[in-house]
Amino acid sequence: MTLVLEAAVLGILTGGVYALMASGLTLIFGVMRIINVGHGALVILGAYLSFVLWRNLNIDPFLSLVVTMPVMFVLGVILQIVFVRPLKTDREALSVLVTYALALGIEGLLGYIFTSNYVQITAWYDTASFPIGSFRITYVYVYGFLLCLAILGAIFLMLYRTTFGGAIRATMLNRTAAQLVGIDVDRVSAITFGIGMATAAAGGVVFGITNTFNPGSHYDLISRLLTIIVLGGLGSLRGAIIAALVMLVATDITAVVISPVWASFVFFVILVAVLLVRPQGLFGATVRDRL
Amino acid sequence: MRLRDKRFLAGLALLLIFIIALVFPAIAPDSSTTNMGVFTLMYVGLATAWNIMGGYTGYISLGHAGFFGFGSYALGLLLAKLGIQGGYTPFLFVPLAGILTALLAVVVGWFALRTRAATFVIVTIAFMFILQLLAENLVGLTGGGAGLGFPSPPWRGAFYNIPFYYAMLVLALLGLGVSWWIRRSKFGLGLLAIRDDEDKALAVGVPAGAFKLTAFVVSAALVGMIGGVYGYYVTFIYPQFVVDPLIGISMVLMVFLGGLGTLGGPVLGALILEPAQLWLAYQYGASRLYLVFYASIFLLVILLMPRGIIPSVRDLLTRWRARAGGSNGAPGAMREPPAAAQEGAAP
Repeated sequence: MTLVLEAAVLGILTGGVYALMASGLTLIFGVMRIINVGHGALVILGAYLSFVLWRNLNIDPFLSLVVTMPVMFVLGVILQIVFVRPLKTDREALSVLVTYALALGIEGLLGYIFTSNYVQITAWYDTASFPIGSFRITYVYVYGFLLCLAILGAIFLMLYRTTFGGAIRATMLNRTAAQLVGIDVDRVSAITFGIGMATAAAGGVVFGITNTFNPGSHYDLISRLLTIIVLGGLGSLRGAIIAALVMLVATDITAVVISPVWASFVFFVILVAVLLVRPQGLFGATVRDRL
Repeated sequence: MRLRDKRFLAGLALLLIFIIALVFPAIAPDSSTTNMGVFTLMYVGLATAWNIMGGYTGYISLGHAGFFGFGSYALGLLLAKLGIQGGYTPFLFVPLAGILTALLAVVVGWFALRTRAATFVIVTIAFMFILQLLAENLVGLTGGGAGLGFPSPPWRGAFYNIPFYYAMLVLALLGLGVSWWIRRSKFGLGLLAIRDDEDKALAVGVPAGAFKLTAFVVSAALVGMIGGVYGYYVTFIYPQFVVDPLIGISMVLMVFLGGLGTLGGPVLGALILEPAQLWLAYQYGASRLYLVFYASIFLLVILLMPRGIIPSVRDLLTRWRARAGGSNGAPGAMREPPAAAQEGAAP
């Protein structure tokens, strides 16, 4: 029982990280109607950026975000302008392929530089832990969770309390109408992609501290993230956060109750079960338009 | 008159390509070239099969590598359980692997096709990873990460590749035949209608659900059979190498390069990309740099020619002819319908 409880707590803490990564993905879908299959690779890229800063310059991984988040933001804006904006027809299908190609390119480049050996970011405090009841929680997980909470809070504030956030929400609701009322949807799209990448950088740091990773890790990551945003309903931020928490708690409990090798499997079982009942996901509106 | 000329020329070109494919091993008998031939034909078949679902109905599946791996494991396990020896007999079981894959596709399609558009893409990706995980975790059945062995083929030397070359050729031709038949049938018209507007297609009485599922199952069964032959060819399969996302995305890219929803597009795409991919892997495989090159080709294709070679060239020809003579094209030649509908509608 304690094991299950411990797994649940750990699931919520890691779920926060997945919530952050998935929120960027679902925002990008909401604004641009594209599935960014490269999101996982960009998270891994963010992790490697922090890894390099930590290994070569001895910069604290959390502190390195001050550098990596703006860098990834700019990279995101550039990627959007160069690769996503030119897609005019058949946007959803082609965007999947373009972002898939980006993922492969990033994987190849990272593999070329860092080889496929597994690495992990470590910090002096990463083995420190504190007791809760009968088990101990590592501080790093808590720091990561708090960081993700803070960034998610900032995203919500931006979306609901600023004019630019209003423009994002308007674009998500109806792109044409947003354009008609004078919103520069191209600019909104580019900046949203940038924000998505900045959150990927933050997610990458926490992922890199709590997991070992290599350039190929993005496959596992993206399949989980995509499952989360489908489960939550494509384009729903609230749905993505709840789905991330549910999924990670379920996987962590499965890992202790059944076996770690079946942990990822539960992810997909939940997806299938939910889609049978609600094809549009937990919080999604029915998607009428097709590819 | 013109149409008949065109048909005749197209037929002649096809016959020529077919004859070249038939005698290719005799022209270039060394095993590295025939090996390239086996893989190229494999991708001709895979891309053609994928196009039946992705091209005709517009439902983009990124999970076909799952069917490829399943077919591979299905054949491997059948041969192992029945104690079949290496030789020509394993090829006889390939259709059975196809039927098993079709059964799986019925189940997967039944729930995956409840979703549309982006959600469908993601569900197919999830399906692929489910299969990969199952292959890894059901150690008692599949051997898990240690892999599954096939009976070893008895052929030696340069001849080793030849039976596999012709097996892949047969499957590629089967796929092309099915694809051609679908394009000309009422069923195919229904699929194209679904691609253009599913709700309207439903409204005019196209049984969209049944049609989509049929296309999905046919496409998956073909991919499964090719997966089976592939497994026998490499003689040892591992979860992450047969259920490989790269195989899944490669067939999609080939279709997009050649022309989505056209009959010849997937063939052309595979003939261009697979040798290029093999060459890149051979040159830069050790450094992972080949992935970067591959991704670059990928991006160039999609950004410069989002509709693929065949529709783009056809456009160009139509425009060129219209400018040159004006009236010798068919009356409808100027307004460009979706490439596939054009041929699909021909009686």
